[in-house]
Amino acid sequence: MAAARASTRPPRVGDSPSVRRALIGVVLVVGALFILAPLVVIFVQAFSQGFGVFAATLAHPDTRHAILLTVLTAALAVPVNTAFGIAAAWAITKFDFRGKRFLLVVIEVPFSVSPIVAGVAYLFVYGLQGLFGPALEAADVKILFALPGIVLASMFVTAPFVARELIPLMQAQGRDLEEAATSLGASGWRTFWSVTLPNIRWALLYGVVLCNARVMGEFGAVSVVSGNIRGQTNTLPLHIELLYHDYQTVGAFAAASVLTVLAVFTIVAKALLERQGAGRARRPSLAGPAAKPAGGKA
Amino acid sequence: MTRRRVLPGLRLALGVTLLYAAIIIVLPLGALVFKAASLGPEDYWRIVSSGRALASYRVTVLSALAATAFNLVFGMALAWVLVRYRFPGKRFVDALVDLPFALPTAVAGIALTTLFAPNGWFGEPLAAIGVTVAYTPLGIMVAMAFTSLPFIVRTVQPVLEDLDPALEEAAQTLGGSDASIFVRVILPLLAPALLAGVSLSFARSLGEFGAIIFIAGNQPFETEITALLAFIRLEEYDYQAAAAIASVLLITAFLMLAVTNLLQARALRYTARG
Amino acid sequence: MKIRLDNVVKTFETFRAVHGVSLDIDSGQLVALLGPSGSGKTTILRMIAGLEYADGGRIFFGDIDATAIPVRDRGVGFVFQNYALFPHMTVGENIAFGMKVSKVRRSREAMAARVGELLDQVRLSGLADRFPSQISGGQRQRVALARALAVDPKVLLLDEPFGALDANVRRELRRWLREFHDQLGITTIFVTHDQEEALDLADRVVILNEGRIVQQGTPEEVCRRPDSAFVMRFLGDAHRLVGKVTGGVAKVAGGTVNVDGPQAGEVEILVRPGDVRWGEGDIPASVIRIIDRPDGRRLLARLDDGSDVEIDTPPETAVASGDRGTVRVMRAQVFPLRN
Repeated sequence: MAAARASTRPPRVGDSPSVRRALIGVVLVVGALFILAPLVVIFVQAFSQGFGVFAATLAHPDTRHAILLTVLTAALAVPVNTAFGIAAAWAITKFDFRGKRFLLVVIEVPFSVSPIVAGVAYLFVYGLQGLFGPALEAADVKILFALPGIVLASMFVTAPFVARELIPLMQAQGRDLEEAATSLGASGWRTFWSVTLPNIRWALLYGVVLCNARVMGEFGAVSVVSGNIRGQTNTLPLHIELLYHDYQTVGAFAAASVLTVLAVFTIVAKALLERQGAGRARRPSLAGPAAKPAGGKA
Repeated sequence: MTRRRVLPGLRLALGVTLLYAAIIIVLPLGALVFKAASLGPEDYWRIVSSGRALASYRVTVLSALAATAFNLVFGMALAWVLVRYRFPGKRFVDALVDLPFALPTAVAGIALTTLFAPNGWFGEPLAAIGVTVAYTPLGIMVAMAFTSLPFIVRTVQPVLEDLDPALEEAAQTLGGSDASIFVRVILPLLAPALLAGVSLSFARSLGEFGAIIFIAGNQPFETEITALLAFIRLEEYDYQAAAAIASVLLITAFLMLAVTNLLQARALRYTARG
Repeated sequence: MKIRLDNVVKTFETFRAVHGVSLDIDSGQLVALLGPSGSGKTTILRMIAGLEYADGGRIFFGDIDATAIPVRDRGVGFVFQNYALFPHMTVGENIAFGMKVSKVRRSREAMAARVGELLDQVRLSGLADRFPSQISGGQRQRVALARALAVDPKVLLLDEPFGALDANVRRELRRWLREFHDQLGITTIFVTHDQEEALDLADRVVILNEGRIVQQGTPEEVCRRPDSAFVMRFLGDAHRLVGKVTGGVAKVAGGTVNVDGPQAGEVEILVRPGDVRWGEGDIPASVIRIIDRPDGRRLLARLDDGSDVEIDTPPETAVASGDRGTVRVMRAQVFPLRN
């Protein structure tokens, strides 16, 4: 009896000390080798020749330009995708219309498509051998191998990020609050700003943070549409590749450490937002059970 | 009669959504399909069934399968440990699981390559026992496993958290051993989540590019993944071949999507619809 | 404000929720829409509010056709089943919301004064700075009511107002709401599936089934003169006997029941436990079970044709399970038999 008294509740499955220790041990060791080590090696390499070399790499005009371009891309793509995510979530969760499930699938397509496919696809829209290429060339409008192409490809890759955080949450919240606000005389905008937005703000921020991280780190799609012109259309991830293949390992890792800091910041922000309840409501799958109409109960 | 809506904003919200989805998502994918379709069946078939293409499918699919199998075991263990046990540093481990999502793939690529290169932290001891990871299919597997790790953890974790303890307790009162309760009660309840995680992880591995090209070595027929082959055709200005191979990736992605939904619909039969 | 529904129809996808409902509600009345789930009662309430649009028919507020007026401009106060209080606003902010978004500008002081007044009225003074999550269910309900009243609605609509509350709180709030309504005199319509609640509270009860009104009237009218077996059963415990009527007497299971009215031929007879006596009359029966309650004993008796009746008897009735005797039906509702 004495042994059973030792813990406050009876053991659940897997609570025996040997199983517990073994599992925790294995997970910690594999986790350290597999997840933590890559993180550490980035900074070790970045500072392997001292802080001076690290700083010099970051101060190099090409690196600075790459950072600037990456920030600029995010500054354009993230707000647009945020607006899109809010509009999509509002339409999908507050109304019933035909083709809703199909729309849900379309919005999530970029998640399942390889970024390379995204890049190639954009080439066939705006490239010289694409749909609008010749016309754009004639009008002297440059989309590919320039900022607009990079932004467009980034927007494709991250199109679902905000929407998919908002949709399940707003689905779960139903339409009662909006209906209540409307019955009290509030306009559509007023309802959105003072009733809907305050209740989705953490999930929205969560989506924005993840979207931003992905935009800034996108490699495959952007490498197809950017043309890799050093000091002109190289975003930071592309610049890292360039330095790495130039055998400027320290430079590559110095540049990489900037994105790694961003990644760590993202993880911390994500963990903090999750404590506010963001990121909880998730659909089991994109075209799972159809959205139930919130009205129409008898 | 058009149905009137009680809440405002449908026209604006749906208009913005459809317009954006059309321009950003549907138009480019349509252009790609159009380009690939303009090839004609014979040329298309010749390109997508060329020896080099076939080899790339094999490398990609086999590596993705291996990576997913690894993640199934390790991801499940991670989720279990994070949900069931308390230990120092748990919050840190929990946050660290998201690193592969947050870390740009190119950064992950050079970091993994450096670790597994013959003179790297892991490469050197592994070389001593005769295992080479960098520039081999094993490297591809490592990169895929790293970038898709969070999928399985993050799909299983919430389900495991919400698992009704009464189910386990019921099994215990009926005299089940821990192992049999795990296999017969817990695992079947986690199956839909596991399945979802596995298919997401596998799909992501099939499409992964950034992390792989650094560590793979990229030898045609040996360590060249399909995404890279499409990229190479593009660099060679062979746009038609690029379109054809990219279309294979696109079709695979859609098939994965369909299979996932089908499996999930089946698996969700006995779970409450929310 | 008088409310009139004229042949209102509502269809969801392929399911017809409301089939041509017509209804007149006098100004200042307290009306219950009573029905089982799926009877269309909430849909009707939501159509009156403008939260659903009718597919056919018209809704009048006084003489004004309100059918197409959007909810925002309809001037109704709606209390949602789960209250739909804005979780990020305090009680005071919730109540003030309607005034803040109103086209009529009010000064900050005027709004604060009105909020205070409403809080007094619903007996929640002092809770203005709490958040909805910090107050009890009964308090939330009254906040929802105050919020709906803040915009001076022409009609107050409540969807299952007591559905989410404990039995004790429910009884208390019911009485309070009745008094409150009498003070305000505002036309009020509420939806419920609980017949006791409807009869307790309402001036008029509208009973719905499968999207149609089956009967309406004062509580007395629907209780004393139910015009269908459905209404009879829905309003309270009732048991069904089958018999044949000739000359004002029905033959039932080897005995007789006196029936008033012109019926003849095969009928169904619905009886309530309080209207049956044990040890009287001429219908043979056996006691199957005895249920003791604080206010008496209820006997479950089986007639010789296999049908069951329940009988309320005084607590001191000496009877045991298995006893044989006779029962007498004092009062019954008789309807022509339909299979």
